Amino acid sequence: MIVNLLFYVFAAALVASAIGVITARNPVHCALFLVVAFLNSAVIWLLLEAEFLAITLVVVYVGAVMVLWLFVVMMMDVDVEKLRQGFTRYAPLGALVALVVIAQIATVVYVRRLGLEDTVLVQPKPAGYSNTAALGELLYTQYLFPFEVAAVILLVAIVAAITLTMRRRPGQKLQDVSKQVAVNARDRVRVVKMDAESRQ
Amino acid sequence: MIPLSHVLLLSGVLFALAVAGIFINRKNVLLLLMCIELMLLAVNFNFIAFAHHLDDLAGQVFVFFILTVAAAESAIGLAILVVLFRQRRSINVEDLDTMRG
Repeated sequence: MIVNLLFYVFAAALVASAIGVITARNPVHCALFLVVAFLNSAVIWLLLEAEFLAITLVVVYVGAVMVLWLFVVMMMDVDVEKLRQGFTRYAPLGALVALVVIAQIATVVYVRRLGLEDTVLVQPKPAGYSNTAALGELLYTQYLFPFEVAAVILLVAIVAAITLTMRRRPGQKLQDVSKQVAVNARDRVRVVKMDAESRQ
Repeated sequence: MIPLSHVLLLSGVLFALAVAGIFINRKNVLLLLMCIELMLLAVNFNFIAFAHHLDDLAGQVFVFFILTVAAAESAIGLAILVVLFRQRRSINVEDLDTMRG
C-alpha cells in the first residue's frame, strides 16, 4: 500500500537525519539536519492523519524555533574541535545505551503487545471532516484551562528570554521615555520677535 | 494502515539516537539541547500513533501542549546559553563548574 511505502521511506529519512544530528561535525549542520528531521516527521504525521499538528510542526518548529536556533548557533563562534574531544571515546558507550533503549522498547512493543491489535481498521473520516476544527473544538471546550496555562507558559518564556539577554552596556545611547513625554512645547520652541524684512 | 508497532519502534529508535547523542556529544551544550528536542519529537510520535490507532483526538491535544512547552524550553535554554557564552566565551560543559556540582 502506498501509505505504508511512504511511511517506510520517510521513516528511513528521519532516522538518517537523526544520525546526522548527533554525528555532524559542524553545529550549523546539526541544526540543519534537525530541520530535515522535523520535515520528515511532519510528513509521517500527515500519514497518521494529524494534519493540523503536521503543519504546526513545519510552521512553528521549522519556521520559528529552528531559525532561532540557527541564529544562536551562527552567532557563537564555537571551537568545534575542542568540543569534540572524547567523541570516539564515548561513541561505543552511546551506541550501547542506544541499543539497550531500543531493545527495551521493542520488548514492550512486541513481547507484551500492549494488549492492543497491531492494525485496526480505523473508520475513514467522512467527507468534509476537518482535523483542525475537531482539534479546536476539543481545545476550546474540554482542554480550555490547559490551553490557557500553555499561553501563560509562552508568556513566561518571552519575559524570561528578554530579561536574561537584555543588558546595559556603558556608553550605550538610550532614550528616556518619561523625559520625552514630560517635555513642554515651550522648552523646545523659541519664539523670536523681530521686525518684518523690508522689500528690496 | 500503518501498523502501530512500527510507529512505536520508529519513535523508540529516534529516542535511542537522542540518548546516544547526549552521550557522545557530552561537551557541547548546543548539541545537548538539540538532542532534547529530538527526544520530545520521539515522544510526540507515540502520542500521534496512539491518537490515530485509538481514534481519539486527546493524544493530538497533548502533542499540541508538548510542542508549546518545547518551544518555551528552547527559547529559555538558548537565552541562558547566549548569556553564558557572553560571560565565558565558551559553551563547553567542562567549563561550567563554578557551582562545584
